[in-house]
Amino acid sequence: MSSTEPTEAPIESGGVGARVRRREDERHLHGKGRFVADYTFPDLQEVAFLRSPLAHARIEHIGKPERFPGQVIVREDMHTATDIVADSSLPTYKPSAHPPLASGKVRFVGEPVAMCFASSRAEAEDIAEEVELDLHELPAFASAFAARERTDVRVHDHWTDNLFLDLKADVNFDERAKDAPVVVKQKVDLARQCMVPMEGKAVLAYWDHTQAQLVVITSTQVPHMIRTVLSQCLGIDHAQVRVISPDVGGAFGYKCVLQQEELCIAWLALTYKRPFRFIEDRREHLIAGANTRQHHYELTAYADKNGRLLALDCDLLIDGGAYSAWPFTIGLETGQALGNLPGPYDFSGYRCHTQCAATNKPGFLPYRGVARTGVCFAIELTMDAIARAVGREAWEVRYDNLVRGADMPYTNVVKKHYDSGDFQESLKRAAAQLDVAKWRRRQKEGEPDGRLIGIGFATFTEQSAHGTAVFASWGLPVVPGYDLATVRITADGGLEVRAGIHSHGQGMETTLAQIANEVLGVSIQKIKVVHGDTALTPFSTGTYASRSIVMAGGAVAATCRELVPRLIKIGAHILGETEDAVRFEAGEVVGATGRVSLADIGHAWYLRPERLPKDVDLTGLEATHGFKPKVDTGAFSYATHAAAVAIDTRTGHVEILEYVIVEDCGRMINPMVVEGQTIGGTAQGIGTAFYEETLYDENAQPLTSTLADYMLPGPTELPPLTIIHMETLSPYTEFGAKGVGEGGAIAPPAALFNAVNDALSPLGALVSETPLTPRRLLAAIEAAKAAAREKAEAAAEPVHEVIR
Amino acid sequence: MKAAAFDYVRAATLPQALSELGASAGGVKPIAGSQSMGPMLNLRLARPSKVIDVSRVDELRSVTVSGDLIRVGAAITHAEIEDGKYELLRNDFMQYVASGIAYRAIRNRGTIGGSLAHADPAADWPLALATLDARIELAKASGTRRVRASEFMLGAFTTLLEEGEIISAVLLPKMGLTLRWGYYKLCRKTGEFAHASAAAAFDAQTGLARVMLGALDGPPAALEALAQSIAQHGPSAATPEAIAAGVANAMPNADAIDRSMHEATVERCLAQAFGSSGH
Repeated sequence: MSSTEPTEAPIESGGVGARVRRREDERHLHGKGRFVADYTFPDLQEVAFLRSPLAHARIEHIGKPERFPGQVIVREDMHTATDIVADSSLPTYKPSAHPPLASGKVRFVGEPVAMCFASSRAEAEDIAEEVELDLHELPAFASAFAARERTDVRVHDHWTDNLFLDLKADVNFDERAKDAPVVVKQKVDLARQCMVPMEGKAVLAYWDHTQAQLVVITSTQVPHMIRTVLSQCLGIDHAQVRVISPDVGGAFGYKCVLQQEELCIAWLALTYKRPFRFIEDRREHLIAGANTRQHHYELTAYADKNGRLLALDCDLLIDGGAYSAWPFTIGLETGQALGNLPGPYDFSGYRCHTQCAATNKPGFLPYRGVARTGVCFAIELTMDAIARAVGREAWEVRYDNLVRGADMPYTNVVKKHYDSGDFQESLKRAAAQLDVAKWRRRQKEGEPDGRLIGIGFATFTEQSAHGTAVFASWGLPVVPGYDLATVRITADGGLEVRAGIHSHGQGMETTLAQIANEVLGVSIQKIKVVHGDTALTPFSTGTYASRSIVMAGGAVAATCRELVPRLIKIGAHILGETEDAVRFEAGEVVGATGRVSLADIGHAWYLRPERLPKDVDLTGLEATHGFKPKVDTGAFSYATHAAAVAIDTRTGHVEILEYVIVEDCGRMINPMVVEGQTIGGTAQGIGTAFYEETLYDENAQPLTSTLADYMLPGPTELPPLTIIHMETLSPYTEFGAKGVGEGGAIAPPAALFNAVNDALSPLGALVSETPLTPRRLLAAIEAAKAAAREKAEAAAEPVHEVIR
Repeated sequence: MKAAAFDYVRAATLPQALSELGASAGGVKPIAGSQSMGPMLNLRLARPSKVIDVSRVDELRSVTVSGDLIRVGAAITHAEIEDGKYELLRNDFMQYVASGIAYRAIRNRGTIGGSLAHADPAADWPLALATLDARIELAKASGTRRVRASEFMLGAFTTLLEEGEIISAVLLPKMGLTLRWGYYKLCRKTGEFAHASAAAAFDAQTGLARVMLGALDGPPAALEALAQSIAQHGPSAATPEAIAAGVANAMPNADAIDRSMHEATVERCLAQAFGSSGH
């Protein structure tokens, strides 16, 4: 067990499972990181975008200022760039053509209409102010419900309605639901929000005359995919594009897609053969990057008298915004929601209707947790509603419904294949750590300050490192396959490890080195991990979907192993022994007559080849090898989050008193990194639960365009976390590792709302809409009071739960 | 989000600052800590042709005794008050209020005068200083005048300040041992602007008796009847009904939830003023 107070001192080198201090922290803690904004180039032009002030309008005219000929670019100037179109083979899916600069219409406030450049950003903004923009306003959709209803006004004119997608699943629903004695209805809503990485979008591009290459330095999670798509959109060879992703100041999914600004800046550099840069500012982010989480659910659960779930019916509407991003498309969110809603539960009747509507907001992007924060919120609030309906402890009802460890591997109602784990055990441990009886006593006794106490739980699965099988079924433009790593032994016995993923907070400069250390025994001080440059690393689709430690980590292990026989051959020869007589151990070839170090072997290969065997393997001391899990539908991590809260019913303030996480991501390569990921994700989950919300008026004008209006959790809003690890190894991955990048962000809204609803139970009030602002909490209490008054008058049926 | 071009002058003295301000009417803005004006410039909501930096003007950077009052230069930062840098300001109330303003980074640069001049209804100093019955000294080239803090703010982001005029100082009554005070605000998180706030100050010796609400649509509002009845009958006069009546009177357009949050702040600020752990 560990908590946010460090319990074990970090060490400087070690293999799989060691608490090695993150090597990347040194430069960041000393302010020596290098981000896109840190680069300097002679003649660098800074770009400002003129952005649409209206949510939906026809562009009548864009007037370039006469004073600045050539410093203003509109879509019609960019003949050599295509629109961004991400197709998908998902049934009913309609792609959107996303122009690099708006063309014909604007579809959300903040959509880039023109780009202006000058030697400073301020001057570029001066020019942008002088561009005349003549717009004819059209009715705008601020609500997905309104967009779904109307077909006469359309976000994309050539569509027949406003639906990106309309998916239905029905597995034995009627049969399983028909005799259920308990029927529970639950409505839940998640607000639209931003991802708010510390560094927003950032891209710089120039033409490298020596290489005849377009070099794009961009803050991205997926440098190789950006190279691919830029070459497609600009109509140039892959070899003519190099993408470098330097230090990235947080990404969270915001940077796993092609940003239209990346295409714009790349086009400028290619066209003018000068360096251009764009750095997104906070206001642009909050307006044009408000693009995630917004789900609206209506659920009906069918259960037996003990609360055992028999069937689940769900209507889900996702607010997709204006455009579907390349390569993942809005189908990712919609498909994941439909497929992950059943979560960790064992039930066999399921009906789900998921629609995704186009609205006049920025296009929906995959954010840490992708869809699962929403579905976890939906099913976990429903699970508590079932418990209330049958009058049992919520965690016990949850326990009875979870897939049992003995049933692993388990294939659920929508054919998700859970590879390993013991969900019930994680819940049991969380309940024990929280001490349910203690809180129930405290609840009964009451607080001296009058606050109400509540506890809540949420258990979820985190589909990590899902690969070819999953993505191919969605028919996306890019399907991840094998991940590659290149490992090279240097002449002094060090290692260069090259991987095509990108590390931007995940600590992979450390953990990939730990994996290499595990196989080859080289101290991690002598291992250099290279990532983030398409010229230096083998292809990978990149870092997203909690895939990198499984995929790139697996590739590093496999590649290091490939080198071992070559080392044995050379080592045995140097020792004068046969290959059978020696073994490779902790970085040395060990024989009866002595030991040969990696440095000896490196020295021999590079500098003294006369010492090598005559038939030495000429592939040398470097290798590139791929990895793909044996089953690549996903290694399922899971966790239970448990929270105790105190509610001030006068002010609507919620204090988190205790927060427990019991997580299982298989073999931890570095427990400290797992904890860091969990803590960071949980902070974002608390943001979703209590703070973050992009508000719009009825014309889809954003009302939260600065951090004075858009609230983020800070250090004082994050409670101490108790993190307990379980390690159930995946049978399909190297070391049994599973991804863990997203989990922290999935469960907090569910666990916290369940705790709040538990606290509110004496008042009969319920909350189910994120974020839980003081006003929403007080409004729920007021509504409960009003309902109680009505009930007293009319002895009406309870509204929320019906037992039939 | 970069400011449009403007000229920048760092004033060395108050007369210099005032003459610069008077010289080119309208297009000139004073700036001190830059915590409100800075974002306004960057958002291009404020577009002065010239900015006069008054943050190093000696006359605005001192804390002195002026008769019965403490004269606090307008360019004294929140952090300097919080940290008790000036002996005359080492008292619970001023330090408590200062320490709760936004975040430390903002307090390091933001000034008491700047906060008053910006006149955000949710800000701390407009409420705190009105409750103390402080005076505000306004200076322009033609001379200075003093106004009551409770009358200085006219509405949201609107004050008595005239063209060419700046806040030169805040004048505080000396706060003795007989002062009882409370200051309570509701913020969604640490450092955010309050969505409800209340302050109270009672001093039997000087006759000060005030309870005020902040974070309203306009300037802070006095709950006079409540304050008077507490002054006469003691804290027991602050019944929930009396508080509710005062709040309802002060914010007639607010809904039940808003009123209830403000009632809670008044209750808690009075509990702080008169509670066993009081001051």
